[in-house]
Amino acid sequence: MNDQSVKNPAIEVHDLTVSYRGAPALWGVDFGIPEGTMTAIVGPNGAGKSTLLKAAMGLLPLASGSVQILGQPIDRSRALIAYVPQKEEVDWDFPITVREVVVMGRAGRLPFYRRPRHNDYDTVDRCLSDVGMSEFANRQISELSGGQQQRVFLARALSQEARVYLLDEPFAGVDVNTEQAIVTLLHGLRDRGKTIVCVHHDLSTVSNYYDYTVLLNLRLIAAGPSEVVFTPEAIQRAYSGRLRALDQVAEKLRQQEWIKRA
Amino acid sequence: MDRFLAFWSFQDPNAFWVLMGSSVLGFSAGMLGCFPFLQKRALVGDVLAHAALPGVTTVFLLFHTKSLLALIIGAMISCFIGYMLINYLVQNTKIKEDSAFAMVLSLFFALGIFQLTIIQKTPLASQAGLDTFLFGQAGALVGDDVLLVLGIASIIVVCVVFFFRAFKYIIFDPTFCSSIGMPIQRYERLLAILVVAAVVTGMQLVGVVLMAAALIIPPAAARYWTDNLRAMIIIAGCIGAFSGISGACISYMAPKMPTGPWMVVSAAFIFIISVCCAPNRGVIARLQRHLRYQRRIHEENVLRSIYLATGEGAFIPEDLVEAGEVLQHRSISVRTFDRVCERLVKKGLALRKAGGIALSETGFLYAEKLTRLHRLWELYLINQTVIRADHVHADAEEIEHVLTDELEAEILAELDQTTKDPHGKTIPGGT
Repeated sequence: MNDQSVKNPAIEVHDLTVSYRGAPALWGVDFGIPEGTMTAIVGPNGAGKSTLLKAAMGLLPLASGSVQILGQPIDRSRALIAYVPQKEEVDWDFPITVREVVVMGRAGRLPFYRRPRHNDYDTVDRCLSDVGMSEFANRQISELSGGQQQRVFLARALSQEARVYLLDEPFAGVDVNTEQAIVTLLHGLRDRGKTIVCVHHDLSTVSNYYDYTVLLNLRLIAAGPSEVVFTPEAIQRAYSGRLRALDQVAEKLRQQEWIKRA
Repeated sequence: MDRFLAFWSFQDPNAFWVLMGSSVLGFSAGMLGCFPFLQKRALVGDVLAHAALPGVTTVFLLFHTKSLLALIIGAMISCFIGYMLINYLVQNTKIKEDSAFAMVLSLFFALGIFQLTIIQKTPLASQAGLDTFLFGQAGALVGDDVLLVLGIASIIVVCVVFFFRAFKYIIFDPTFCSSIGMPIQRYERLLAILVVAAVVTGMQLVGVVLMAAALIIPPAAARYWTDNLRAMIIIAGCIGAFSGISGACISYMAPKMPTGPWMVVSAAFIFIISVCCAPNRGVIARLQRHLRYQRRIHEENVLRSIYLATGEGAFIPEDLVEAGEVLQHRSISVRTFDRVCERLVKKGLALRKAGGIALSETGFLYAEKLTRLHRLWELYLINQTVIRADHVHADAEEIEHVLTDELEAEILAELDQTTKDPHGKTIPGGT
């Protein structure tokens, strides 16, 4: 599908298969994302969108294939990538302040026993002001609204000073103002040459927000510039029941304790 | 009483060492317990403690030794086997974590009890005294044992301080930590080893059955007092130390008393105090907040009723209205009305004269603002949602007390006209 091979891709996914409890969660996926673009990963629930980001970060074992980021395997390029998990993944009652969460973004650069230094805190404060959360720096995270939580996570990613940003549903449970603020911020990053990849749910905003789109439903449905691949026909194919056969095959494999494709 | 004084005079060197041992153990267990507590894996301590028992009894059966060091090594090995078994069950079968915990806990404990019974039937039984490992006996701790406990407890404290930041990060957001390449599995394993160490050093003092409480109750109590993890760890440590001291003290005063239960009871006592008295989170503080909120609502309601009774419009100084008129707008008893009025007068929002009650200027502006919010909210509901006109009033009665300036601005931005409410009344205070 839309096999436009990308030159010098920031992210290159090659024949990626990930299985979860014996069933494929992502199946033979191939695509590349050019540097300096903002990409949406779109697809129905259970299509493997979050799995794709996690696999790219090396957080899940790959059944086959490989992911290269900035031309290197993930373990070599970690320092250049910022990953933003879904905000539901953490306990927002944890006793920690906003500033302490954001300073975690500096932890990758420091040995674990080293306290963050002045310049780390300078970066942290700058990132907090970039997302408009300066006045919340010393608040407990339990006091934040959904939108503010997402801003904090984004500030943490910014403080990593990365070249590639992978965000898992940055707009989930976020108010309109925050969504606008985040989009503006991400566009700003892209315009400075950073590569942004977001798992995205709201189909109505894909064309506005993103230059590039990856449509997934277990398998790759389409990948390419949004205006080319994000067509009603492709969306239909990703979301409609026409792929039910694919689900059934996956279920069959699960019953056989399928682990790996030959 | 005599024995209480004797304990605290430190004249009995053994009692002094036991006191040291139990307070340091309580401190280290309380501190360390904060991590499994926040990880929501409080039961891990309990499982590992129970899994320690067969290690102790096996070592005794094989080597006929009572050396605490040997028993601790046996206990650690058996804890470790239990821990691996749980991991294996969770990763390779459909059994969920809580079931794996329950199975390993009861299986290992059963093995331990079974061996304990065998030991009691042998001639060695009298000198064994291994049953103190069930509920703990501070007095059974002698000489070098205390040094061993002190040593391990100090290692735990040093590790907690040294790895504080790493533990905090991996518990708060493990996914992110792996994304930046932190070896989270290694840290998790280290944490498990520290918990095992705390559990096995506590065996003789607290007993395997109750050791989990020494790990979990202090953090649970400490969480009530602070939102700062560093402070929480120190508070939990102190609560643990206190419970250790009181356990040892009672055990000294009544030598037949097992130490563990007393430690747990005194920790639980502090927990109850924390639940009741802690600022912000405590029951009393929350009750106070609730009452204060109720009082404010009462005050605001009466204020607005006076405003309505004076016929709204512009502020007129000493515009007196009678109580009866006000009460037409609000169904409250005369007594409540009097009491609330007294508070309003005290706050300078109203003044009472012979002929009735009047609003002060601040009171008038306050009431006008409330009325404005009330009517804006009614208007907002009617315009933006599907709701019957006679239902909006009750809703606005509640909402007028909680709307902030920012929310007001937001509502204004979404409405076309903001001069008349849905019932045709003027929305006052517009600028």
